[in-house]
Amino acid sequence: MTRLHKGALDKTPGATPVPMPRIQRETWVNWALLGLLLLAPMIANALGEVYYVNLATRIAIVTMAAVGLNLAIGYGGMISFGHAAFFGLGGYVAGISAFHAFDMTPVLSWPITMPGTDNLLVIWLVAMLSCAVLALVIGAISLRTSGVYFIMITLAFAQMIYYFAVSWPTYGGEDGLPIYLRNQFPGLDTNDPLTFFLICFAALVLALAITARLMQSRFGAALTMARLNETRLATAGIAPYPIRLVAFVISAVITGLAGALFADLNGFVGASMLSWHRSGEIMVIVILGGVGRLYGPLSGAMLFVLMETLLGGLTEYWLLFLGLILLFVVLFARGGVMGLLAGRARHE
Amino acid sequence: MSDAVLTLSHLHKSFGALQATHDVSLDLKAGEIHALIGPNGAGKSTLIGQITGHLMPDRGEVRLAGENITALSVAQRARRGLGRSFQVSSLADSLSVLRNVMIAVQGLQGHSFHFWKPVHRDASLVEPARAAIARMQLESRAETPVSELSHGERRQVEVACALALKPRALLLDEPMAGLGPEGSARLTELLEELKHEVPILLIEHDMDAVFRLADRISVLVAGQVIAHGVSDEIRANPLVREAYLGD
Repeated sequence: MTRLHKGALDKTPGATPVPMPRIQRETWVNWALLGLLLLAPMIANALGEVYYVNLATRIAIVTMAAVGLNLAIGYGGMISFGHAAFFGLGGYVAGISAFHAFDMTPVLSWPITMPGTDNLLVIWLVAMLSCAVLALVIGAISLRTSGVYFIMITLAFAQMIYYFAVSWPTYGGEDGLPIYLRNQFPGLDTNDPLTFFLICFAALVLALAITARLMQSRFGAALTMARLNETRLATAGIAPYPIRLVAFVISAVITGLAGALFADLNGFVGASMLSWHRSGEIMVIVILGGVGRLYGPLSGAMLFVLMETLLGGLTEYWLLFLGLILLFVVLFARGGVMGLLAGRARHE
Repeated sequence: MSDAVLTLSHLHKSFGALQATHDVSLDLKAGEIHALIGPNGAGKSTLIGQITGHLMPDRGEVRLAGENITALSVAQRARRGLGRSFQVSSLADSLSVLRNVMIAVQGLQGHSFHFWKPVHRDASLVEPARAAIARMQLESRAETPVSELSHGERRQVEVACALALKPRALLLDEPMAGLGPEGSARLTELLEELKHEVPILLIEHDMDAVFRLADRISVLVAGQVIAHGVSDEIRANPLVREAYLGD
């Protein structure tokens, strides 16, 4: 397994060995970022700027996808280049279910009859379960390898699923699948942009809280040790493989749920959600924000989506500038945006 | 042989034409320190690898408390009570001493698929880990990241991790290296006391410590045990003097 020696990278010579003020600073930065994400669309909504509400929703969803990937890459040291498979699968579950609900045709007619539904709770559950099963298969095979091979095999699995989606005409193939009516959450009007934002925001907060709690638990301790020193973990009598596999599945489920939300935000799901560009985009967000930092994905996604919107509006070559920033982060600021805002990672 | 905790019988291991382990048999009995010595390149590391599960022997058998563990993984052997320290310390450098030892306690308890309760508030993990750290007299360093410890202190953390596993057999790979005379003397005392709880297979270059501590000594040269016996026998053995002690 390719391990990211985070502690070693973040350590600058002569840095003061007093982590306390930094902990507070990082927490403060975290809350500020989260507060900004919550308040901005509320203000935009009050001003009637729906476009910006949707932009915030996009940030929340992309953040959540990256929170999932960060669990694999940052906390587990598993550099997955195939998380678009889970993002896209979540999206297709939402799309296919809505398609059948709209058509009044069953999703499955054999062996059991399963009707389509536009109930988000059901869709989310199915999306998460599907991603868990897919991640169990992909992870079980991929985690037998490590390093570059792991990166390549996760990419290969994602590409297989991408081409499968492209060549399946029932659900739009290359053209994708429109979701004519946004799926419904019981008791809420999901068509209202602010309501839908709040749903996505709540899901993001939940994903962050679960990740934080998870990483403090015994499971998190074992996963951290699997990343930092696999031999030490095995010497303690804990086999690294099952620990990694479970983390990979949880990571995929979080990213998959983000995918389901993304399809509903756009009213469309297409094979592009499954493409390797998407895997790369989520990975770029994790790296931009700060690998293995809980709120890294949020700062990374904010930077990414704002650049995409602002620079993308000015020039179609905005990715060039993203590339330059990414280069800068990788060469000079290994802690990403969180490293710049909140200092080096704290000791665990 | 009935009181042997760890038994190696007729282990063979080759890498291509190189016979790194040739028909090695030895055992570790309850209450003893059995030292394994040998010059560099004698095949000590290869032999340790086969005991701990990092290497598979080509032939032969490893038994722990009567159970054949030859085919088990590193983690499975550890769960069955094989504790070890590494020659080159193998710890998570960015984590505190306490966190490193807590993983061993967690492994002993066997519950790693607990997703909710924070470990730092889990007394059943923290208390035994602190006890193992105290035993190594490292209390003042418990919260210090391993990266800030001295070479010798890291060795002590290694032993603390092994102790926290409450092993049935302890394999210590050059625990004295880098300790300095004072630390070395302290560790010698501790091992003398410890052997009554758990038998120790000691790989060590510090001959003073070996002759003082070991109840029995086996000498490994070119992958073979060329001599075996109590300290005085080994000291007097002409083969050993020639091959190892440099006379």
